[in-house]
Amino acid sequence: MTTNSGITRSWRSPVRRGALAAGMAMALAIGGNAAVAETPKDMLVMAKNINDIINLDPAEVFEFTGIEIIANVYDRVMTFEPDNLTKLVGGAVESYQISEDGKTITLQLRPGQKFHSGNPVTTEDIAFSLQRVIKLNKTPSFIFTQFGWDADNVDDSVQAVDDSTVKLSILSDLSASVALSALSSGVGSVVDKQLAMSHEEDGDLGHKWLQSNSAGSGPYILKNWKSNEIVTMEANPDFRGGAPTMKRVVMRHVPEAAAQRLLLEKGDVDMARNLTPDQAAGLAGNADIAVDSAGKSLVYYTAINSENDVLGNPKFQEAVRYLVDYEGMVGSFLKNQYKVHQSFWPSGFWASLEDTPFALDVDRAKSLLQEIDIPADFTLNIDTLNESPFQEIAQSIQQRLGEAGIKSEIVLSEGKTLWPKYRARKHDLIVAYWGPDYLDPHSNADSFAHNPDNRLEAQLGGKLAWRNAWSDDDINALTEKAAAALDTAEREQIYLDLQKRLQDSSPFVVMFQQNEQLARRANVQGFVNGPSSDLVFYRNTTK
Amino acid sequence: MAVVDPSVTAGAAKQPSLPPFLLKIASLAYTLGLTFLGLTAVTFIIGRVMPVDPVIAIVGDRASKETYEAVFFALGLDKPILVQYWIYITSVLRGDFGTSIMTARPVLTDILIFFPATLELATVGIIIGVVFGVPMGVLAAVNQGRLIDHFVRIVGLFGYSVPVFWFGMVSLLVFYARLDWFPGPGRIEVYYDGIVTQVTGVILIDSALQKEWTVFWNAAGHLVLPGIILGTFALAYVARMTRSFMLDQLSQEYVLTARVKGMSELAVIWRHAFRNVLIQLITIIGLTFASLLEGSVLTETVFAWPGIGQYITNSLFNSDMNAVIGGTMVVGMCFIGINMISDALYKIVDPRVR
Repeated sequence: MTTNSGITRSWRSPVRRGALAAGMAMALAIGGNAAVAETPKDMLVMAKNINDIINLDPAEVFEFTGIEIIANVYDRVMTFEPDNLTKLVGGAVESYQISEDGKTITLQLRPGQKFHSGNPVTTEDIAFSLQRVIKLNKTPSFIFTQFGWDADNVDDSVQAVDDSTVKLSILSDLSASVALSALSSGVGSVVDKQLAMSHEEDGDLGHKWLQSNSAGSGPYILKNWKSNEIVTMEANPDFRGGAPTMKRVVMRHVPEAAAQRLLLEKGDVDMARNLTPDQAAGLAGNADIAVDSAGKSLVYYTAINSENDVLGNPKFQEAVRYLVDYEGMVGSFLKNQYKVHQSFWPSGFWASLEDTPFALDVDRAKSLLQEIDIPADFTLNIDTLNESPFQEIAQSIQQRLGEAGIKSEIVLSEGKTLWPKYRARKHDLIVAYWGPDYLDPHSNADSFAHNPDNRLEAQLGGKLAWRNAWSDDDINALTEKAAAALDTAEREQIYLDLQKRLQDSSPFVVMFQQNEQLARRANVQGFVNGPSSDLVFYRNTTK
Repeated sequence: MAVVDPSVTAGAAKQPSLPPFLLKIASLAYTLGLTFLGLTAVTFIIGRVMPVDPVIAIVGDRASKETYEAVFFALGLDKPILVQYWIYITSVLRGDFGTSIMTARPVLTDILIFFPATLELATVGIIIGVVFGVPMGVLAAVNQGRLIDHFVRIVGLFGYSVPVFWFGMVSLLVFYARLDWFPGPGRIEVYYDGIVTQVTGVILIDSALQKEWTVFWNAAGHLVLPGIILGTFALAYVARMTRSFMLDQLSQEYVLTARVKGMSELAVIWRHAFRNVLIQLITIIGLTFASLLEGSVLTETVFAWPGIGQYITNSLFNSDMNAVIGGTMVVGMCFIGINMISDALYKIVDPRVR
């Protein structure tokens, strides 16, 4: 047919053929130019899902990636050093003294420090940094309000006495050792007052500007944060601990684990931070890549709402402890990324209870349930996040509940839907996770064990015990005693007792602790991936 | 009985009508106003009736009662929903779309950052779709039932039915990881980040304007794979529709007449049949382009492309309703703009519409 030949012939013309060849050559040339073998020697490039960064003001940041960044950009009043993640030491302060009654902490400034701006770090900066946390009243401010500080008294409670001394007055019963631990959290970051106040708008103490800029004295300087794209940091040559080896640290937003793996294998990034277990397993045998496991402080638990007569029955709660297939899950879909852990304070820290007394025992659970008057039509909802591994854990629990004769339905939600429901006590059984705000067992005890007012109108939504409508006067008293105790050995013993008591009787079934897998190019050494985002350090990294 | 003053009626009858261009502007303003009002109202109400607590989205689940309440009142959530909507709409009219929770920046600033990235990608996609899709559709139509027709239909089926997510990952695996032909995810290599100052936000244009040719070629390389993915989707639709329109035209009597008159087959196809499908084709291309602008979130996710699709989706997951409404309005504006351009093109390609 002439039609066909006419069109086909037209592509045989020399001009069009040339155009096609030129187009292909251009595409190949582009491809050839773009291939990059490896990252520069003095630059650390990480592939990470960074869509959780929503601001970088130390008085407000409360998301994992944001906390990690400010841990490297700001120095803190108290800190843990990368070479010893268990010893709390002075950061911006050289030393501290605690008064005999434990109510006053005197901090001595470490001399000779400079902010990234070149301004010297002063006691005024330290006082300003702590005061603004209270005055701005953002989410993490509760870490300091437990000292009894509020907007009216914080100027008197936190005082720069002279050029080298800052005095902190603790107005509550909290022990000074808890206060010192709290000063190592993100809100303990030291902010350059002069720089922050030069950007103040409407009395916001520089908050708006600091949401996307930095005014710190840490080992890295924040150069650029483009939401959902990139974070760039440059080494601070004047850091008190010496200039970091990596002159530049870059976090690339790569939401897909598979894409992270490809980038790592190609050498376009030095590290992949969010690989799934199968992605990490797939890298075994690649000599250019190493996969490290790091114990994290996140604990995964099931909580039972005690408002319901059946669910609130201690026998029911005990039965649920025997209806979790701890080993089965860790041996299958949680393999290498979680370990069995059954107390509210994560293992590997001071005052951790390492016992794991529970195992799957459906018969025992059945006999416990027989002691309770459960209506024939009883069905419960299992609420959890619509992401891995929560839905798999919920499915496993649903299956075991079914074996014990308890009907249940799984309700999967986004966090933004699930957390309000949890805070409103509208769940039956929930599978969730929790991580400490600072590395002292009080951080978790205050949430899991302490509920001084169980009334709905008290709205103590920050506490897990309240969310699950559970309050025990003895446990409350014990938690308060531990927080106030000055003797370290005494505190440790109380926390061990508390964990044991909650293990035996409480609405919480703690199941697992996270092990994070991080894949890196084999030549990347010295990156410290500590148990919490506060303890991820870039500054010792070499290539 | 009422008495009508004849002078009044006469005056009314003589009232001069508005000049045509003013009528067009008024009509456009009316359309735009109504669309914006509808978009904001629907998005705003959906945002408020969703079982999501916007306060928790900001303060997180560990906030104290005091912090929670401070944000609750600052957002004006204690006010009736109509009052909240009124406050929002009056702010928008003042050019204030609010601040994004996710980025802590004004929503308008965010849009100016994220939208050009999507525009750049979608433009490459639609160019690929049109440059390859239209000839393929024509070829398939004139070869109906033959091998080439089957091939085009298979390509169309592939583009239509293969999940973008899978296609993206496989293309990365083959062309980036194995063959090393194209760069991997991202808009540009990190080493070039910050070299080019943002002017338009479209890296190709900005780097060319600033004569940063290394950056230009790097960015161009990064565009190839995601551009092909989007282009395949566009191509599939454009080719299928072109084939269908052309088949319809080729069966018309005027085509038969032209052939009987002895015109060459090329002239019959391109000068007669094809010209008559142009209006329909422009509509299809416009709609496809608009859908690429708002619906490329999966491609953006696989290729770590910081575009408006990811921005709106992340905002939705974070209950960042200011950002969602702002993003939705931009997408709505794109649809209106593309429709207007299509209208203008109709008049160029078909004198009867003038």
